Amino acid sequence: MPTTAAIDVVMPQMGVSVTEGTVTRWFKQVGELVAADETLLEISTDKVDTEVPSPGAGVLTQILVQEGETVEVGTLLAVIGGEGAGAAAAPAAPAAPAAAPVAQAAPAAPAPAAPAAPAAASADDDDADSDTDDSGRTFVSPVVARIAAEHRIDVSNIPGTGRGGRVTKKDILGYVEALIATAGSRSAMAAAPAAPAAPAPAPAAAAPAAAAAAPTPAAKAPAAPVAAGEPLPGETFEPMTAMRRLVSEHMRRSVDTSAHVTAGFEIDMSKVVAIRAKLKKEYETQHGVNLTYLAFVARATCEALKDWPWMNGELRGDKIVSRSYVNLGIAVALDGGKGLIVPNIKHAEEKNLLGIARGIKDLADRARTKKLLPDDVSGGTFTITNPGGWGAFVGTPIINQPQLGILDMEAMVKRPWVVQDEHGNDVVGIRPIMNLCISFDHRVIDGAYAHQFVKQIKDSLLSWDESAY
Amino acid sequence: MAERTYIEAITECLRQELRRDQRVFLLGEDIGGFGGAFKATKGLQEEFGPWRVIDMPLSETAILGSATGAALMGLRPVAEMQFADFVSCAYDHLVTVAAKQHFRVGDAIPIVVRLPSGGGFSGGPFHSQNPESTFAHIPGLKVVCPSTPVDAKGLLAAAIADPNPVLFFEHKHLYRSIREEVPEERYTIPLGQARIRRAGDDVTVVTWGAMTWTAAEAAVTLEAEGTSVEIIDLRTLQPWDREAVLTSVRKTSRLLVLHEDTRTAGFGAEIAATVAELAFEQLDAPIRRLAAPDTPVPFSPPLEKAFIPQADDVVRALQDLAAY
Repeated sequence: MPTTAAIDVVMPQMGVSVTEGTVTRWFKQVGELVAADETLLEISTDKVDTEVPSPGAGVLTQILVQEGETVEVGTLLAVIGGEGAGAAAAPAAPAAPAAAPVAQAAPAAPAPAAPAAPAAASADDDDADSDTDDSGRTFVSPVVARIAAEHRIDVSNIPGTGRGGRVTKKDILGYVEALIATAGSRSAMAAAPAAPAAPAPAPAAAAPAAAAAAPTPAAKAPAAPVAAGEPLPGETFEPMTAMRRLVSEHMRRSVDTSAHVTAGFEIDMSKVVAIRAKLKKEYETQHGVNLTYLAFVARATCEALKDWPWMNGELRGDKIVSRSYVNLGIAVALDGGKGLIVPNIKHAEEKNLLGIARGIKDLADRARTKKLLPDDVSGGTFTITNPGGWGAFVGTPIINQPQLGILDMEAMVKRPWVVQDEHGNDVVGIRPIMNLCISFDHRVIDGAYAHQFVKQIKDSLLSWDESAY
Repeated sequence: MAERTYIEAITECLRQELRRDQRVFLLGEDIGGFGGAFKATKGLQEEFGPWRVIDMPLSETAILGSATGAALMGLRPVAEMQFADFVSCAYDHLVTVAAKQHFRVGDAIPIVVRLPSGGGFSGGPFHSQNPESTFAHIPGLKVVCPSTPVDAKGLLAAAIADPNPVLFFEHKHLYRSIREEVPEERYTIPLGQARIRRAGDDVTVVTWGAMTWTAAEAAVTLEAEGTSVEIIDLRTLQPWDREAVLTSVRKTSRLLVLHEDTRTAGFGAEIAATVAELAFEQLDAPIRRLAAPDTPVPFSPPLEKAFIPQADDVVRALQDLAAY
C-alpha cells in the first residue's frame, strides 16, 4: 500500500452549486510522467472552464474519463502512480507540507528509493485534514465489503452518499433493509402462499432505495386500479385475495419488464414414452415416485441450461447474471383459480432422473398440504410450466421475474408423423407428439440462442440415453 | 452526596485513605504546611502529622526512591510530583526498579504517583505536558487519567489499593473548573474500565482527561447537524478497555482518537492500531487521530491554543469523518 499507493485525480468541485463537469482535454497521456501541480487536464462546467493541476507526481497510469465525457463532481478521472507505475518514476517527491518543521526534521529522511509521491503525506501534523486528498475514489470500505459479501450484494448497484459517491455502511444497511422488506413480496410474487405475511405490496412508497436501484425490480406498483363502484345488473363482486393481487401485479410487471418472445417446437416423445413405460413400475415400487414426462423434460432442461447459461440468468441493473447452479421452478396452479405457486428444486443440475422426479413429487406434495417454506419459492433461476394436461397445443407463458425464460409443456397427442422406415423411406407413422413452447426475454436473449437451447432439449428427448440420465 | 471540585474530590480521597489505612502516607515537595503547589494536600499534615504527610527535598529522584523502598517494606506511599513534567527525574526508580520488581523477584510495589498534568495556562514546555503514553508503554506500570470528580476520587482509591505502581494523571485544567455531586463515603472505581461519556450511533470518539470535555462540547455541535457522536472516556490507559472501544466501533464504524498529548507514538496510535487489527472489517472510514503537534508545549497563549486540540478542531475532524 504505501510504496505503490496511487494518487487519484477526481473531478473537482468548481463552486458550491456545480455538480458535474466535462473533461475537455488531457494534457498528459497514460504512461507519461507528471509533476505535482503540472497542468494535467482541462475541464468545463456550467460555471467555469479551467485547467486542473496534478495533485501529485508520478506516472499517469490510468485515464478513466475521456475527453468529451461529463461526470459528477468527485468522480475518479485518472490515477497517478500505483500498480503499473514503472520504477522510472522517482522524481522529486512533492514538497513536504511546511508544517512543523522542527519536529519533522529529526529522523533521517527515509530511504530515497520509495517510488514517487505519497511519502510526503506522512509528514502531516496534528490536523489530519491533510490526508483526505484521496476522496472521491470509488472505494469499498472494509465494513461495506463485509456486509456486501454476507448478503451477496454488488456494491456498484447501491447509490452512495459518502464522499465522492462512496457507498457508506449506512447506505448498504439501508439497502439491505429495503431488500429484506421487499423480499417478502418478491418471493410472494413468484409464489405467494409460502410468505403468508406478504405485505400486500404497499404501493411504491415502501423501500424507495430498493426501488431506485437494481437487483430487485421492486414493486413499482401499477397505478391503483380504478375503484370498482357497485356491481352492475347481472354482475357479482368478489374481493381479490392477497395472493391473486400479488400474482396480478407480478404478471403485469413481468410483461412491462421483459421483451417477451415465444417459439414452439414439436417433439416426438416415442423414446421417452417407451422408457417411462419401462421404468414406471420400478420407480413406484422401489422409490415411491411417480415418473412423469415432466421429470424427463426437467432433466433435459437442466442439461441444456449448462450449455446456454443466459437462459438460467437474470438481468440485474446493467449486468447479465449467469449462475453455476439451477434452481428449477415448477409452476403449480391452485384449484379454482386461487393463484399460482412456483416452488423450485434447488440445485436441480446435480440430480439425475430419479432425483428430479423425487424433487417434483416433494414440491407437489408440500404444495398440496401447504407445507412449502419461503425458501422453496425464492431463488428460482428458470421455470417450467406444464398445463398440457388440458389439451392445449401452444402457449405463450409469461416469464417469472427476474428470470429470463420459461418453458411450457403442451399436451402430448398421437399424430400422423413422417418417419423413416428401416430402408430410409419416408412413411407416415403414429407418434406421440408434444409441443414445447419457450418464452424468452429478448432484452438479453436472441432467437438463435433460445432456439438452440430448446433444440438441445429436443435432441435429448428424441434420443434419450438411459445411462446418461 | 456533596458537591466537590475535581481537586476537592482528590483531597477527600487522600484524607479517607490516610484515616482508614495506617500504611498509607504522602510524600512530595511542599505538600505539608503549604498544602502542595495546587493545594491538593491542604490541611492533611495538620490532621495526620509530619510523618504521614512528608515534605521532601526538591528531588523527584529522592521522592520516588523513598517511595519505592517504603513500598518494598510494606507501606503504601502516595507521592506527588509538583508537575507531571518533573517525573522524568525519577524515571529510573519508576521504570527500572518499581515497574520491574514484581517480575524480577515477585515483590509488590504499591506506589501511587500523583501527576498534575496538561496545559492551557501558558505554563510553557516544562509545566504543561501530558506524558501518559510514555509510561503506558512500560510493562509493570498502570496509568490512570480521570476526567471527573467522581472518577478522580474512586479511581484514586482503587489506585492506592492496587499492588502495582500506578501513575495517576490529574489534569490541572479540571482541578477547579469541574464540579459535581460526589459520594461522601469511600468507594472505588476499577482500573481498566472505560465509561461511555455520551452515547451515539454515527461516530466514536475515544479520549480521556480534559479532552473528554472538549469532545463533549464538539458533540453538541455535531448533534445539531444530525451526526450522533459516542464519546468513550477511557479513564485508564494501562490497562485499557479494548472491549468498550471495539463495541462502540462495531456500532459506528467510524473512529476518532483524541488526545492532548503529542501525536507521534501517542497512546492514540495504540488504540488506532488495535482497532485496525481487531475490527478491520467493521470500519467504514480511516481511523482519525487528533492530537497536539510534535513540538514542546508553547508559552504564547495563541500558540498554545493552536497546539492543544480545541472544540472547533474536534468539530472539523468529526465532520470530515462523518462525511467520508
